[in-house]
Amino acid sequence: MMISALDILVQGVLLGGLYGLFAAGLSLIFGVMRLVNLAHGDLIVLAAFAILVLVNWLGLPLPLAFVVAALAMFAVGYALQYLVLNRTIGRDILPPLLLTFGLSIFIQNGLLEAFTADSRRLTAGDFETASIALGGGLAVGLVPLATLLTAVAVIVALNQIFYRTAMGRAFRAVSDDPVTAQLMGIDNRKLFALAMGIAMVVATIAALFLGVRANFDPSIGPARLIFAFEAVIIGGLGSLWGTLAGGIVLGVAQTVGASISPEWQLLAGHLAFLAVLLVKPRGFFPRAVD
Amino acid sequence: MRDPATISGAGARRFEVAVRTSLSTWALLAGACVVAALIAVPWFAPRALLKDLFFVLTLIGLAQCWNLLAGYAGILSIGQQAYVGAGAYLMFALSIFFNLDPVLSIPIAGFVGALLAIPTAKIIFRLSGAYLAVGTWVVAEVFRLVSAQIKSLGGGTGTSLPTEVTSGAASVRFIAEVMGVRAPAARDMLAYWLALVLAVGIVAACYLVLRSRQGLALAAIRDNEAAAGSIGIDRAATKFWVYGLASLGASLIGALVFFQTARISPAAAFSVTDFTAYVLFVVVIGGVGTIEGPIVGALVLFALRDQLASLGAWYLMLLGLLAVAAMLFFPRGIWGTFAARFDIHLFSTRRRLVVPGAETSHTPHPLPNMLQEEH
Amino acid sequence: MPLLETRDLSAFYGDFQALFGVSMALDAGDTVAVIGANGAGKSTLLKTICGLVPAAPDAILLDGRPIGGKRAADIMQLGIAMTPEGRKLFPSLSVEENLLIGGDRRKGSGYWCLSTIYRLFPVLAERRTAPATALSGGQQQMVAIGRALMSNPKLLLCDEISLGLAPVVIKDIYAALPAIREQGTSVVIVEQDIVQALAVANKVYCLQEGRVTLQGAPAELSREAIHEAYFGH
Repeated sequence: MMISALDILVQGVLLGGLYGLFAAGLSLIFGVMRLVNLAHGDLIVLAAFAILVLVNWLGLPLPLAFVVAALAMFAVGYALQYLVLNRTIGRDILPPLLLTFGLSIFIQNGLLEAFTADSRRLTAGDFETASIALGGGLAVGLVPLATLLTAVAVIVALNQIFYRTAMGRAFRAVSDDPVTAQLMGIDNRKLFALAMGIAMVVATIAALFLGVRANFDPSIGPARLIFAFEAVIIGGLGSLWGTLAGGIVLGVAQTVGASISPEWQLLAGHLAFLAVLLVKPRGFFPRAVD
Repeated sequence: MRDPATISGAGARRFEVAVRTSLSTWALLAGACVVAALIAVPWFAPRALLKDLFFVLTLIGLAQCWNLLAGYAGILSIGQQAYVGAGAYLMFALSIFFNLDPVLSIPIAGFVGALLAIPTAKIIFRLSGAYLAVGTWVVAEVFRLVSAQIKSLGGGTGTSLPTEVTSGAASVRFIAEVMGVRAPAARDMLAYWLALVLAVGIVAACYLVLRSRQGLALAAIRDNEAAAGSIGIDRAATKFWVYGLASLGASLIGALVFFQTARISPAAAFSVTDFTAYVLFVVVIGGVGTIEGPIVGALVLFALRDQLASLGAWYLMLLGLLAVAAMLFFPRGIWGTFAARFDIHLFSTRRRLVVPGAETSHTPHPLPNMLQEEH
Repeated sequence: MPLLETRDLSAFYGDFQALFGVSMALDAGDTVAVIGANGAGKSTLLKTICGLVPAAPDAILLDGRPIGGKRAADIMQLGIAMTPEGRKLFPSLSVEENLLIGGDRRKGSGYWCLSTIYRLFPVLAERRTAPATALSGGQQQMVAIGRALMSNPKLLLCDEISLGLAPVVIKDIYAALPAIREQGTSVVIVEQDIVQALAVANKVYCLQEGRVTLQGAPAELSREAIHEAYFGH
């Protein structure tokens, strides 16, 4: 049935928007400082709980709660990078990975202690269930559509920063050659912290859409990390648009799998990832210079 | 005796490359005594102690495998639970479908499970570093999701070992008779002895590998991969068979652990917490890249678990925090720091150039790092 | 007071000692050449001055104030700019962006800015949007020098700027030196090409295996003395 297939495709693309948001922060951090933060998924969940707390306990309206949470997460990211992660950046790949893995466990269980394992949701009123009819019997939810559009907007914004500002120049220079960047007067420690702060703001945006769209609980971080990572690899290292494309490929694969049976959703995504790895190991849109 | 090499002006000198030290020889003897004592444990100890020792032994086995990968081949794997679960499920399959005795099914399951490493490595070794690490995790997830589809082995909820195996197997009945105990206790004893054999075997295998030329190749790859390649070390082949060995160890241990529990489910068999997180902490806290380190770490973790298990999530938070602290302040772990300070190596794998009359080595100054934290 | 002074400067790479008590002085307006064979420690000397290699605080003085051991980024802010060995342009940045980044953190109120750099090296203006590493060796060297100048430094350190370049190109590059001096920047040049070095410098230091073996004004130094200091025999 054509409509059904088209529907699956559209839902997959929209899901890809969410995965693109998950992955954008990861991609940014890896691009600037070659760091893969294994706690990335858990930090997204942390941001979601931050928004939740602001809404439920302080009674803030969702948009305001989001802004406050984003600022808080910026500070958390900046401090985390400056005080802790900066010390592990260097030639050896093990310390940052082991440290962020330990951090992941810490955050997950910390959230578990604080909030129990109950499923949570961010409520957005009517917005949650609203949908737009696209004609031909096809309808898209406003939330998924907003997610995709936001993902696009975030990537445009990040690219503007990277290619039109002095700070972006510094990011690219540090990514090329951290030692020579110091000769330009760039303080790597602060720059890395800034990058992490920005990544955490993006993570908060991702958390907002994650929480409005579906339930969340302390244990879902690792799965988000895997989706983010798969999106980056499928898309190709070094390109933010590639990362979004990768997220969309993943989203479509998962939605196709889900249409066969709910249990197949995750498996289909992983198999698509492995297939891409087999056939196009550098992803679909790798950066030429690496 | 061959002609000694001569250096201009220095006279005739003989150079030797030595690996064994007098300390390591004593340590070997002491280790043999410890193993002998451990063999005798089931005769004296209550079942609770057997279970505890079983936990420590399997943890040491897993940690050594993980350490071989990470500390020596430079491959960080957060997916070895893939093989733990594979070995476990294969063992269950052999038990349920063929009623095989565990003494047979565990090794067979272990080796067959490890075969999965071949296609897996071919795909994920296209990645490297952190991305390889997450790749291994994805593979474990795939294995988990696939096992949840196998209805004949319990699907998503899992299944138990049939009593024909847990009580009726020839090896279990044999031990029950000899030791004069009932089947469940006999099963625990069998599991314990198998764990002892496996742990000692894995430690010995790691030690022998590292003492061999392949071990030297591993150390070279870990230190500087590009340089290792330029002197002719086949990096891909070396990393591949190290991955295979580590997978074999994990697979065997998986089969054994779930024989002991007698109950399996996808979530339990492929648990990241049980088979990667704990292992990671053990190696990190004990000392990455040493053989003694994981043993020390396993004992520390066991002590902590004993004291803190009732704390639930706080316990895991503490472990996470310890891993973070270790990477910041004690990257070499407890044993690693101790060994570097006092230059003590029980499982001596370093090659030393022995020159009669020359001074001993010293630790070099650190090089300036990218962020110039030193100043 | 000399603009830059090193006093008994020693430098290490891990266990390996590269400089053994090097003492030198540079007054404002000087062009100092540091010559020596490969591995003599010339690059190391520049790297300790600009902060990439650790040094004792009092071993390096800028305007009389100790700067040894400071972070490279901080030293850049004090007015020392470096053209690193091998040029080390940023591949992800265009020619113009490479120039801009040289001055992003320290514009100063000096003469050097994009338009004056383009006047100094006109070919760069034509290729301003190209990726920096797509240029020829000589042009890349111009970008590297321009990048360092954008911060209007008091002191410019040039590490082997003639390396790998054809003689006619080297001439072009060294032709820019008088304009640089004219704007008040003192220069230290590390060179393997002795003739070139002696032609532009008013003070020469020769290093051999990490030690100063000869120093003086070019006119005062005989060929034999230089040869002996350079090679050690």
